[in-house]
Parts: sequence; structure tokens; C-alpha cells
Amino acid sequence: MRLNLWRYASPQTFYPVADKLSPWFLGLAAVLAAIGLYIGFFVAPTDFQQGESYRIIFLHVPAAWMSMFIYVVMAFWCAVGMALNTRLSFMMALALAPTGAMFTFIALWTGALWGKPTWGTWWVWDARLTSELILLFLYIGFLSLHAAIDDVRRADRAAALLALIGAVNVPIIYFSVQWWSTLHQGASVSLTRAPSMAATMLVGMLIMSLAAWMYAIGASLLRVRGIVLERESDADWVQELGKAAA
Amino acid sequence: MTPLGLAPVFAAVVRRDLTLALRRRSDVLTTLFFFVIVVSLFPLGVGAQSSVLRNIAPGVVWVAALLASMLALVRLFASDFDDGTLEQAALSPQPLVLLVAAKVFAHWLVSGLPLVLVAPLLGVQFDLPVGALGVMTLALLLGTPCLSLIGAIGAAFTLGVRGAGGLLALLVLPLYIPVLIFGAGAVSATVSGMSASGQLSILGAFLLIALVLGPWASAAALRIALE
Repeated sequence: MRLNLWRYASPQTFYPVADKLSPWFLGLAAVLAAIGLYIGFFVAPTDFQQGESYRIIFLHVPAAWMSMFIYVVMAFWCAVGMALNTRLSFMMALALAPTGAMFTFIALWTGALWGKPTWGTWWVWDARLTSELILLFLYIGFLSLHAAIDDVRRADRAAALLALIGAVNVPIIYFSVQWWSTLHQGASVSLTRAPSMAATMLVGMLIMSLAAWMYAIGASLLRVRGIVLERESDADWVQELGKAAA
Repeated sequence: MTPLGLAPVFAAVVRRDLTLALRRRSDVLTTLFFFVIVVSLFPLGVGAQSSVLRNIAPGVVWVAALLASMLALVRLFASDFDDGTLEQAALSPQPLVLLVAAKVFAHWLVSGLPLVLVAPLLGVQFDLPVGALGVMTLALLLGTPCLSLIGAIGAAFTLGVRGAGGLLALLVLPLYIPVLIFGAGAVSATVSGMSASGQLSILGAFLLIALVLGPWASAAALRIALE
């Protein structure tokens, strides 16, 4: 039998899936975070330059990765929604945005906490910090535009178009800001050269990234579940759901 | 009846919007004076040493231009949206992209071009050398159409929306950042004795990209607003 994934484009069929899967993803996130934090705090060696303060990397780098990755995923769902006019895609994009904004904020916050002991300042106007800040503005713009338009269909489409425009602009903004000023250390992990960090640090960081990823999936499934219920509250199947629960 | 050609339609929309703007001259002047006043406030705030002023002038002029162009954007589609003209335009056989491009061009003529023309005067107030004044004017000439083109997208998004002005700033200002960086960078480079040709070329590239993609994105956003 061939699994027909299109079937799950309908909010009604997707709702039970999201309902069942989200606790698993959140549970997996908790387990991975516990392992990752254990490695981060007890197994990974002390950095010979930065001492213990570098350990915030286990939170900072995963958050920064996820903040950018979630924007791409969000823009992807927006594009799917615009192209195929699928309601669920817009709901998914809307559910991802708060999690993405949260990770962006965490990346900025932990970056400031890390910057103080290592660079001696909370904030520098460096390319990557500035782009991350602009990314936060883009998330906030997406959410505010959606919130400002009362008609849900129009809000979905307008916010989706904005997300796509943002996605086109992100590389332009990134390279402008990079040209403008660069003081940040080079990328910590690169695919083209050997990692410049101890293997245990890398393992801890990757496990924490997986935890952040699983959390993002779990949290947005939980949120999309709420959005589906809210939007479909007039539909028969939601009414029956309410009766069954009562 | 055959539909009109593209060039006559473009010209007609530009002429109409210019006429409307000239009938309400205060709107145009408000933007211009806003620009002049914001720029003039900075010496009062940071002190009037000419060395400081020369350093901050490029950024101050550009940020003020950004804000002034934002201020004017709210009006770009609003009245046409309210009286239904925009809906008729969307239904007309001419492509909406063309009408949007014409409206943005007219909007730039009345809100962007005056800023470009008055900027050298403000530069003199900030003790900029003559070479830098020329570069600043050229950079604004390349940059302000970008601002209008990008801003039109935001103006289309916020049509008929609660708190349109504040939201417009939130949506559009992050997208203005590249123009700000290279616009102010061109002037700063000249002030410190370097060539600004790199920054000016990139501004030109931004203008080309905005010309190609901007009206198209604005038209898409307008269609969503008109649904």
C-alpha cells in the first residue's frame, strides 16, 4: 500500500496525528537535552582560552541554528500554502513563528551572556549579531502582520508573502551587514574544514541541537493543534471532539 | 476596443498621481520638512563640533530619509483603496504590476526626489566636504527609489489594517537596512578619502533588483488586500 501524504494536508486528518506525535517529540527533546546538558557540563573539557564560560555554547549555537532553520521551514510552508492554497500549510507557518522568535531571542540573550566574559562587552555591532537581531525583527513583523488583519484567510496570505519577501532579503541583509562590520569569531563548525573543537564538545552541541530541533517540532505541532481547533471550531468533527471530551 | 498600450497607461497614472499630489501640496511639504527637521535636531542633541557632525552626517541624513519616506508611504495606496479606485485598477485589462510601478514612480517624484534635492543643503550644515555632498546626492538618487519600491510592498500589506503606520515601520524598516548601510557607507567612504564607487555600484544593483521584484511583490500584496 502506498502511503498518501496528501491525505494529511487536511486539518481534520492532521489533527489526531499532531495530537499523538507532539508528546513524543517533546519527550525526545527532554531526553536529548538531559544527555546533551550532562555532556556539556560534566564530560566536555574546560576550554583553555575561555575557561568555563564557553559552556553556554551548548545552548547558544543550537538556538542560533534553529532560529535560522525555522525561518527557512516557515518560508517553505508559506510557499507551499501560496502555491497549493492548502490551509494547513499556513497554520504550520503560523505555529512555527513563535518558536523561531523564541530561539532567536535565546541566541541573542545567551550571546550577550557569552560576550561579556570573552569579549568584555554585552553587545557588539558585528555582522552575525546584527543579522540575528534583524531576524528577530522579521519574525516579529510576520507575527504582527498576521495579528493585525482580522480576516484569517487574508492574514495567512499576507503574512506568507511577507515571509517569502523576508526570505529573499535575508541573504542580502546578511551580506550587507557582513560587509559593514565583522568581529565575530569564524563559524564554530564548518563542513569544509576539520572542526576546531574537541570531539566531546561537538557531540554535546550536536545532541543539544537535536534536542532543540525535536522541541521545535513538538512545540509547533502542539501549537498547530490549537490553531486547527480554533479555526475549525464550527466544523462537525470538532464539535464531536468536544462532546467526546465532555 | 483595444486596450491602451503600456506606456500611455504608465504615463496616465503618473500624471494623475502627480496632479493629485499637487492639489494637496501640504502632504508633499510635510515629508520634506519632516526630513529637514529631523536632520536639524541631531546637532542640537549631540553637540555642534564639526568633527563629530562630519562623522555622523551620512548616517543621520540616511536615517532621516528612511523615516521621511516611511511617513509618506502610508498615503501611497490608502486613498485609492478607500474610494475603490484600486479595485477598478485591479480589474482593468492592464497589468496591475504596471499600475503599481507607475504609482511608485509618481510617489518617488513627490516624496523622494525633494529629499535628494535638499540633502546637499543639509550636508553643508554638517560641514561635509564638497566631494561628499555630490556622492551623497548621487547615493540618495539611487537609494530613495529603492526605499519607495520596497516601502510600497509594506504599504500594500497594511491597507485597511488597524494601526497601519506603526506596523508599516515594523515591516519595512528591516528591509531598508541594506540600502542604509551602502548609502551611508558611500558618503562615509568619501569623507575619509576613499572611493565610493563600490558602494554606489551596489546601490545601483539594489535599485535594479528592487525595480524587477518590487512592483511584482506589491501587486501580489495588493491582490491579497483586495480579496
